[in-house]
This record gives sequence, structure tokens and C-alpha cells, in this order.
Amino acid sequence: MTEQIDKALAREYEAGFVSDVESETFEPGLDESVIRRISQMKNEPEWMLEWRLSAFREWLEMEEPDWALVDYPKIDFQAISYYSAPKSMKDKPKSLDEVDPELLRTYEKLGIPLIEQQMLAGVAVDAVFDSVSVVTTFRDKLEEAGVIFCPISEAIQKYPELIKKYIGSVVPKKDNYYAALNCAVFTDGSFVYIPKGTRCPMELSTYFRINEQNTGQFERTLIVADEGSHVSYLEGCTAPQRDENQLHAAVVELVAMDNAEIKYSTVQNWYPGDEDGKGGIYNFVTKRGICHTNAKISWTQVETGSAVTWKYPSCVLKGDNSVGEFYSVALTRGRQQADTGTKMIHLGKNTKSTIISKGISAGKSNNSYRGLVRMNPGADGARNFTQCDSLLIGDKCGAHTFPYVESRNPSAIIEHEATTSKVSDEQMFLCRQRGLDPEKAVSMIVNGFCKEVFKELPMEFAVEAGKLLEISLEGSVG
Amino acid sequence: MSNTETLLSIKELHASVEEKQIIKGLNLEIKPGEVHAIMGPNGAGKSTMGYVLSGRDGYNVESGSVILDGEDLLEMETEDRARAGLFLAFQYPVEIPGVSNLEFLKASVDAQREARGEDAITSADFLKEAKAACKQVNLPVSFLKRGVNEGFSGGEKKRNELMQMLLLKPKLCILDETDSGLDIDALQVVAEGVNSQRSADRSFIVVTHYQRLLDYIKPDFVHVLSEGKIVKSGDASLAHELEAQGYAWLQTAPAEDELEG
Ligand SMILES: Nc1ncnc2c1ncn2[C@@H]1O[C@H](COP(=O)(O)OP(=O)(O)OP(=O)(O)O)[C@@H](O)[C@H]1O
Ligand SMILES: [Mg+2]
Repeated sequence: MTEQIDKALAREYEAGFVSDVESETFEPGLDESVIRRISQMKNEPEWMLEWRLSAFREWLEMEEPDWALVDYPKIDFQAISYYSAPKSMKDKPKSLDEVDPELLRTYEKLGIPLIEQQMLAGVAVDAVFDSVSVVTTFRDKLEEAGVIFCPISEAIQKYPELIKKYIGSVVPKKDNYYAALNCAVFTDGSFVYIPKGTRCPMELSTYFRINEQNTGQFERTLIVADEGSHVSYLEGCTAPQRDENQLHAAVVELVAMDNAEIKYSTVQNWYPGDEDGKGGIYNFVTKRGICHTNAKISWTQVETGSAVTWKYPSCVLKGDNSVGEFYSVALTRGRQQADTGTKMIHLGKNTKSTIISKGISAGKSNNSYRGLVRMNPGADGARNFTQCDSLLIGDKCGAHTFPYVESRNPSAIIEHEATTSKVSDEQMFLCRQRGLDPEKAVSMIVNGFCKEVFKELPMEFAVEAGKLLEISLEGSVG
Repeated sequence: MSNTETLLSIKELHASVEEKQIIKGLNLEIKPGEVHAIMGPNGAGKSTMGYVLSGRDGYNVESGSVILDGEDLLEMETEDRARAGLFLAFQYPVEIPGVSNLEFLKASVDAQREARGEDAITSADFLKEAKAACKQVNLPVSFLKRGVNEGFSGGEKKRNELMQMLLLKPKLCILDETDSGLDIDALQVVAEGVNSQRSADRSFIVVTHYQRLLDYIKPDFVHVLSEGKIVKSGDASLAHELEAQGYAWLQTAPAEDELEG
């Protein structure tokens, strides 16, 4: 495994000094030849290329969706470059002095160690000894347990049978516009396989994957938990990420075989743009999991970044007695727009789903919850409980709830609760009367509001998420 | 405090809420260690006085001065007044769902310590103090884990206010009807809580409708607040008179008021 890391490090090095800029980043534009080139750069087998091309042909026939409550200028897909190799040493900031001080201030507040600050900010770090050893011990331990955790591009080469079997099995190529685009042009992402009856010995996090840095734009993640296995996966980290790509269209597929359990946690804190929303990231993600008999998938997300978010982590509860959960905190401020929620599709008998959504809007932002609960005819005794709470800070922001319910089984039970509240003057006064400054007061009240979701996050993540909210809310008061 | 004999000095205070004048020429002097009871009819402006002193948003001071411990209180932000030692126990404590009492109290104590240039208290030390405070106000320790006032009964909320006072150790405590809605045992708990905190460097303004509380907490002075100002002051015996006769005999104004004679 050390080899792999050495290689990755060497590749960066090479990229910086040998190859010319042209070969690292494709010129903007999208047609079949671009897809062939991506596939070639990745050394992919023929079947993978064919899969990409068929997705591309589907995509050409599709329309960009416009039903979400988000408003952004039309995206010119021909103006985007679809391949960019890891940043070359010469393009990267040479030292932290060259990085946006705002970003550094935030890292500092989050208490992120210097070496990690450098990695996150994309500073050319050529001697990451600490991290290398962390990654190595980490990989050794996983290998011992038989867990596969590697870049998906590597998995396509090394585990073609697993990939062929599962890629696109949860989110079909033509599922939606952005998913189809992702299938055609994805460049990297993670692959996880947990063997039968195995409990993954540690939380898996993209944070630990050293060659993570530039998988950004069209990321693809596939997690397969075989029968009776268990895994907890953390996506991203709480630090804001430096990123020049405006459009993100990721796909995440989860497969939980019989009696398996997958816990997938995300903290997303991409650049939201300036006060007017300029320059922020558009985040159009498709996340879906399928649960076989007695399986359980739990999505937990804390979203505070991006200018526009369009995201509905979903569960297809196919097997009898399977369980789907969705816990979400979405915070919008400034001119951010978020349209997010979940879909719970109940197919099997006695399937159960729980949805807890907490939307917080500040500034002039708009925050929408959009959730679908569908009970199919076979879903005897299925149950759903949904709770959507919105919290408003100030009076220029908006919160909206769009629950869709489709029940085709009379024995299914669906419960829905929704509340909208404000951070009240009385609460603020109480906090300040006890000596808390207004910003601390708001973040404390907001953290309290999010408690039910935070308690689903792994411990360290929950603490960081709390701090993140505090930082995100700065300047939202008064 | 050494250079001034007075902890709190309110002079000719006029204040309004939403354009409505409520405090109309209030004067009050409190020395360190004194307990002042304030009584008066509903709507007289007792709670408003507490809010104005604490600097609640929306409560506008039109004229007059308030000096706390040598500092101009009216120039300070709400949180700075608290850090300077002013504490208000609310008549109607508000809930903060999901924020545990313990977390809230520790953050408050730490904010005040920080303002004094002290380090944050360790969690272990704070937990010890908080448990002791719970015991003193007769609340189960489990209340530390519950959300601030979340689902508390009326009496529990009042005892929770008192617990906050015990932990924050303020210089000036304003208790706004902390005795209302309490059962007889709880009334004793509150009175004992206050008595245990009486000291040469801590003063109290106790707003109450019932002389009963004042049997337990022996005030140095009793004032009657009516229509935004103090219309009568006296010692503890005034409370008994009020209990017997009500407020009507004190009402300033209309000449035709026969009771005045
Ligand atoms: N926001 C407001 N807008 C208008 N009037 C207000 C406002 N707040 C308080 N008042 C009025 O100010 C007056 C004084 O109220 P305050 O709550 O101070 O009375 P109080 O003496 O504490 O009465 P109680 O004994 O019933 O607690 C009342 O007439 C009340 O209606
Ligand atoms: Mg009152």
C-alpha cells in the first residue's frame, strides 16, 4: 500500500515538472471524443467506456430539471472542462500566505492542524509524512478485515466484477439529468466493499484517502455492504474546501445486502459564494441506497455550503423489514438556496422509515424541504414518520416544505409533523442576560434545534459540525 | 466598590416600550448587601423596570441615569451588564429547546469568567457546582440534562432561575415574582436560596405580590411601584399594611379619591 501512496505522490511531482498544462486539463466542451479521452486517461476497460457512452447518449435526450425551488443562471455544459488531473505543483499556492485569509481563519477556528490546513487549501505539500503513515496503518488494518476501500478508478481495474455488478444498479444511468451526466464523465470517487459478516473496524472517511484532492466535480461513490456486514462512512470534512469548479454533480450508490447496515454521514461546507451569491458552487447530487431484507441505511447530512444545493438522499426499501433513515440539517444564509430532502420508497413488508429534517434560514436565503414517501402495494404494515422543522433567523429569509405522499397500501401508516419557529427575542434576551454575546446565543439556539440530527453523527464529527454552524452563522445576527 | 457607598443608583428614570411611557420618574438607591422588596399593582411597570435595567431590546430609556457599582449601566450592552454582575430572574422564563441546562449554564458562567479575564471552568468542576446548586433548589440532577426550561412546570422554571443565580453569583439580583406559582415548600426553598446568598457584597431587588415571601426573606426596605414610579417606601411593616389594605389608598392622583384622606 505504501507503494500506492508513493506512486500518487510521485505522479503529482511528475505532473508539475514534466507534462505540459494542456495534457492535465481538457479544453472546455463535451462530446463523445471527450468521454473517450477520459476513459483512456483512466486506462479503463472497453465495457466501462461503452457504459459511459450509453449514458452520454441518454443524457443528450434529457432536459435539465426546473422543478426545484432554486434559481440560477443556465449552465453552459460546453463551457466546462471535464477532465483535470491532480493539480500541478506549480499551480498550487506555494505556501499558506497565498491562500485566502478568510479560509485560513476558518481552519484555525475549527482547530485543524497545520499540515491538514495545507492539504485542504491545496498548498503544495511534498512531505506529508504524518498523513502517509496514518493512511498506511489505516489501509493495513482494513486489508486484514478484508475490506476494500480505494478510488473507484482503481476498483474498475482491480475489481471489475464487483463494479460491473453494482455500478448503476441503484441509480440507473438515466435516472435524472445530472446523474446521467455523471455516468458519462465521472473522473473519480470512492469504492467500498465490506465482506459478508464483517464489521468494518473503523469509520471510513474520504478524508483519509490521500489521492482525494481533485476528484471534485463529477465524483462517484459506490458502497457495497455484503450480507450481515456493517460500515460507517464519512464524506468530506467540516473545513470549507477550496475548489474552482462551479458545477458539482456527484452520484453516491449504497447497496445494503440482507441484514447489512450502512451509515453514511456528510458534512458539506463548500464555498457558498459572496454576499450576492457570486462564485459559489452549484451542488446537484444524486444519492440513493437500496436495502435488502432486514437491512438498514441511515443518511445523516449537515449542509452549510454551496450557493445552490439540489440533493435528496434516498432509500429504496426493497427487502422485508428493512429500515431507512434520513437525518438532515441544512443551513442557508446570504443568498444561498437549498432544495433538499429525501425519498423513501417502501416496497417490502414491514419496512420502516424515519425522516428528521431541520432547515435553518438566515439572511436572504431560501431553504426548502422536499420529501417523498411512497408506499407500494406490497408494503404491508410499512411505516413512515416524518418531522420537518424550520427555524428562521431574521425576517428576510424563507422556509418551505413540500411533502409528497403516495400510499398504495391501506395498511401502511404515514405520519408527518412540521413546525416553523423563529429564534425569538425572548430567547436572545435570556441568553444575553446571562452574559452570552449575541452570536454565541444564536449558535447555541441553533445547535439545540439541530440536536436530534447531531446525535446521529459520529462523536468528533458532531462536535465539529456544531463549531461549523457557529462559524457559518457569524454575521447573521442583528 | 470602595469609593462608593451605593451599588445601584437610579435617578429620575423615564423609559418606554413601543412609544408607550411606562417608567415615569423612577428613583432608587441600593447599598451593598441590602434587600429591597418591590410591590405594586399589576401593570405598574415592575417587570419593565427589570427589563430596562437589563437592557432588553425595545425598551428605550428617555431620560435619567442608572449607575451600577460606579459604572453607567445605560451605556452598556445587555451581555456586558450581566457580566458586570446584574442578574434577572424572569417572571416568565422562556424555553430553549434542545440546549441542555448544563450546557447553557456552563456557557453563561464561562462567558462571565472570560469577561473577568479568567479561564473557562473545567467541566468536572462545573458539574460538581451545578449538582450542588440543583440540590439547593430541590431539583433532581436530571434537570441539568434537560433542555433549558423545556417542559418544566411553572414552579420548576422558577427554581431553575434561582439555580442560575446560585451559579452566576451576581452582585445585584432582580427576582421578578420568583415566588409566584410556587407551592409552600418551594416558597421556602426559594427564600432559603436567597437567604443563603445574602452577603455584604450582594444586593437584591425582590419583586413580589405576597407579603408571605417577605416573612421568610426579611427585606431592608419595601417600596410600592405604581404607574411607573415609587410612590411609597418603608420597612418590612409596609408589606403588612399593603397586605391588609391593598394599593388603593396609595394611588396618587384624582382629588376625588376619598381614601387618601
Ligand atoms: N411591548 C409592550 N407594548 C405595549 N405595552 C407594554 C409592552 N410591554 C409592557 N407593556 C405595558 O406596560 C405596563 C407595565 O407592564 P409590566 O409587565 O412591567 O407590569 P408589572 O408591574 O410587572 O405587572 P405584573 O404585576 O402583572 O407582573 C403594562 O400596562 C403593560 O401592558
Ligand atoms: Mg411583572
